[in-house]
Amino acid sequence: MDYSQSLALVLPEIILSISGLILLLLAAWGGDKGARVISIASAVALGGAFALVAVAVCSGAAGPDTIAFGGQFRADAFAGLAKLMIFAASGAALVVAPRYFERAGDMRAEFPVLVLFAALGMSIMVSAADLMTLYIGLELNSLSAYVLASILRDDERSAEAGLKYFVLGGLASGILLFGMSLTYGFAGTTNFSGIAVAVSDGLSTGQLFGLTFVMAGLAFKISAAPFHMWTPDVYEGAPTPVTMFFASAPKVAAVALLARVSLEAFGTQADAWRQIVIFAALLSIVIGALGAIGQQNVKRLLAYSSINNVGFILIGLAAGTLAGASAMMVYLAIYVVMTIGSFVAVLLMRDANGNQVENISDLAGLSTTRPALAWCLLALMFSLAGIPPLFGFWGKFVVFQAVVEADLLAIAAIGIAASVIGAFYYIKIVKVMFFDEAVDTIKGESDTPHWALLIICAVLISPLGYLLIGPLGNLADRAAASLAVAF
Amino acid sequence: MGGFPILSVMMLVPLLGAIACLFMDAKPARMVALLATLIDLALGIVLWANYDIGGAQWQFTESAGLFAGFEYALGIDGIALMLIMLSVFLMPICIGASWEAITKRVGEYMAAFLLMEVLMIGVFAAQDIFLFYIFFEAGLIPMYLIIGVWGGQNRIYAAYKFFLYTLLGSVLMLIAMLWMVNEAGTSSVPVLMEYDFAPEAQTWLWLAFFASFAVKMPMWPVHTWLPDAHVQAPTAGSVILAGVLLKLGGYGFIRFSLPMFPDASAQFAWLVWGLSMIAVVLTSLIALVQADMKKLIAYSSVAHMAIVTVGLFAFNVQGLEGAMMIMLGHGLVSGALFLCVGVIYDRLHTREIDRYGGLAINMPAYAVLFMLFTMASVGLPGTSNFVGEFLALAGIYQANSWVAFVCTTGIILGAAYMLYLYRRVVFGIQKNADAAAMPDLSVREYLLLGPIAAAVLWMGVYPESFLAPMRADIELLDTRLAASAPEGDAHLAIGEGAPPAEEHAEGGAH
Repeated sequence: MDYSQSLALVLPEIILSISGLILLLLAAWGGDKGARVISIASAVALGGAFALVAVAVCSGAAGPDTIAFGGQFRADAFAGLAKLMIFAASGAALVVAPRYFERAGDMRAEFPVLVLFAALGMSIMVSAADLMTLYIGLELNSLSAYVLASILRDDERSAEAGLKYFVLGGLASGILLFGMSLTYGFAGTTNFSGIAVAVSDGLSTGQLFGLTFVMAGLAFKISAAPFHMWTPDVYEGAPTPVTMFFASAPKVAAVALLARVSLEAFGTQADAWRQIVIFAALLSIVIGALGAIGQQNVKRLLAYSSINNVGFILIGLAAGTLAGASAMMVYLAIYVVMTIGSFVAVLLMRDANGNQVENISDLAGLSTTRPALAWCLLALMFSLAGIPPLFGFWGKFVVFQAVVEADLLAIAAIGIAASVIGAFYYIKIVKVMFFDEAVDTIKGESDTPHWALLIICAVLISPLGYLLIGPLGNLADRAAASLAVAF
Repeated sequence: MGGFPILSVMMLVPLLGAIACLFMDAKPARMVALLATLIDLALGIVLWANYDIGGAQWQFTESAGLFAGFEYALGIDGIALMLIMLSVFLMPICIGASWEAITKRVGEYMAAFLLMEVLMIGVFAAQDIFLFYIFFEAGLIPMYLIIGVWGGQNRIYAAYKFFLYTLLGSVLMLIAMLWMVNEAGTSSVPVLMEYDFAPEAQTWLWLAFFASFAVKMPMWPVHTWLPDAHVQAPTAGSVILAGVLLKLGGYGFIRFSLPMFPDASAQFAWLVWGLSMIAVVLTSLIALVQADMKKLIAYSSVAHMAIVTVGLFAFNVQGLEGAMMIMLGHGLVSGALFLCVGVIYDRLHTREIDRYGGLAINMPAYAVLFMLFTMASVGLPGTSNFVGEFLALAGIYQANSWVAFVCTTGIILGAAYMLYLYRRVVFGIQKNADAAAMPDLSVREYLLLGPIAAAVLWMGVYPESFLAPMRADIELLDTRLAASAPEGDAHLAIGEGAPPAEEHAEGGAH
């Protein structure tokens, strides 16, 4: 494979890096006046990368032709599908952010550039076929994310969120690096296919330790319990568009990465990591559900909701099959739509002065004062709870179908029973909006881009979404099939 | 009917109505809702008229490859036909019952009811197990809103309880369904009804389905959501709950548990019998001491549903037919009783029995109709419930005479609490001036109660109209169950003096 072919495979990443660098220069010289133009340019760059990836995904890229740079990088359909979600979620963050920051009086030109670099990092993560590529992508994403969390420099909560994220993220990176070095030391290679060969006759103790630490580091990135502590604080403190970005794109990237490491590098040793995944999955579901019950702040509640959802995604991974990987991708796609929808709804919660309100009690009686917003939130909440006929049900359905097919019935039964605990706080929000007396705090004027995004999300998760089952399932199946699984 | 997709149209009409109602003011929303439900009733009559008794088992089948992973497949047999008829019959009455009682957020209210109608028809018509599940579960959302938004004082607690109880019951069923489909390789209900699962798997599957259907039914001891939900729901909400939603559990047993897991059903028959016996006696006694009219009727529903379950698990034709007839009859009668409570509640705004009395003097027409429904609930011959209760108890008597004995006390206790209620509300002295000043039934209320009264008498006098469409399906189910049916405890011996006739002896032992 020659160099030009490799470069062609990473064309989306090249587009993102070059446009990111150019826009960074523009931002440095142009200052914050050009923020809006830079936002639009970033969105265009993401759109270009999205289009390029979409072509590859639709053709179901798989096999040796997708490997670039001597096995460092894989531009297969699995990575492609994840990239589509990442670019779309990043684009959504760019769409909603300007209005929010302008209202806060602090729209910075760095914001779109950082989002672009974070997207680039995630794009590298999901394509990583080597521990080194993995780490480069992960750190590029994380470093951008730390800055994004604290981008409102005058806001104490934002600064606190950034610092917390940085300290704990640094710790997680350390754990991950430690696991990677152990794996390298005991497998003799950093390449996933090489590791797969090295562990094919069983794990040595050193390799097992390496695997465990790598898993722990990645669990931090997807905020799976017991490595979830940072999530509520960071989600609450970070500016809402940034929180929306954190809850969607990096989740996709880290979950896809976790799937790739588990299935490609350690695919033959499924029994070893399955225990870890099952433990993290069930714990996330339960902690996500119980933790959310007492929350007064919508963003904290959504943070616990995302922990809860990660648990369900991990259930798909626990199946350890291609069907499980496909189910995860379907769940992720639906999850991204639901998350973006919920946070856009949070963005629309503003009082008469245009200030953001985030307390659940401010939602009281929303169905009488702002019926459209209330009905959209109702659909989102029932969808997150996984109640049919909303589309969120389908994500849970495919995941549990995969686990049942893999004959892990006990996991399926416990997981689904725990989902009922989660349903409680989702219906609590519905109760506040529909059953309580109106307090009428939320009366912010409407922003067209926000509403447009919310309505797109609401339509996608409505029963009309079921018409997408066929195409989405096909894409996910093809993506899963393109994994170089080692079983 | 040619290729006319009547079942889809019956779901589409209320769905469009629901969407329209959301954007409308009170007055047009009421009209649209009434119109949509009446169109559905008319379509239901067309459906019944065109149903070919003795024809194919599944009629009016439709399917469309809309989704991947499960199919949009509809079709009905006689059992589903009757339950769909019950739903479309009760819906216009519910809309009428809410005509004046609901004044706030009318558009949303009507939309929720129309959505319920869509989902109920969907549940009974679904021929794909996952499609069934989606409709089955989706009913939680509109019902949660109906109880929570338009309910009484303690509505929020009741709404939570209703939602979480029924959700917990159902999710385990989903896992069982996933396993079954994985095992059998199809999600088609008619195919699964003939598929023989391994007996040890049946045990677990049966329990998972039981968890769901027992809550919906509701069976003792998981019935506690029902009195709360009933008392707090608006009148029409109670009618729909009692009239149709409670039938989902029974329908689930007859469509899924019994034909799909016959061995496990026989194995667990003692459990169902035991719970039903407790339910009949216990909830009847609880009903006897209620001071709240709606709560009393809610507890009586639990007792009636327990007779349905013993009928279903009697494993013979009479039991099954009886269970179906009670479901239909109870749907009408309890619905009508809730309407009767609603009539006086709308006038005095209390459900407390002691606040009424002597209504026979100022509301004679009301007293007559209330009497009819009270008698029907007791199971007086000539009314709908007599047919069902007699058949169900005759069925269970062949399976186990002790169960029959205990369950029959439910009839006596039923007479006690219903007549006691009737005496306190309608007879006696007029001790409360405001209750004595209440006007008699209005034209609207006549229009609501009249059709139900006619249906109750029709079902009691000529049940054949209702039994005929179901007969073939119940016989099919009976043959499916015959191999695993538990042996009856009545070991009849032929007396010495009687002429030894082989076929008589056989007939007696069944």
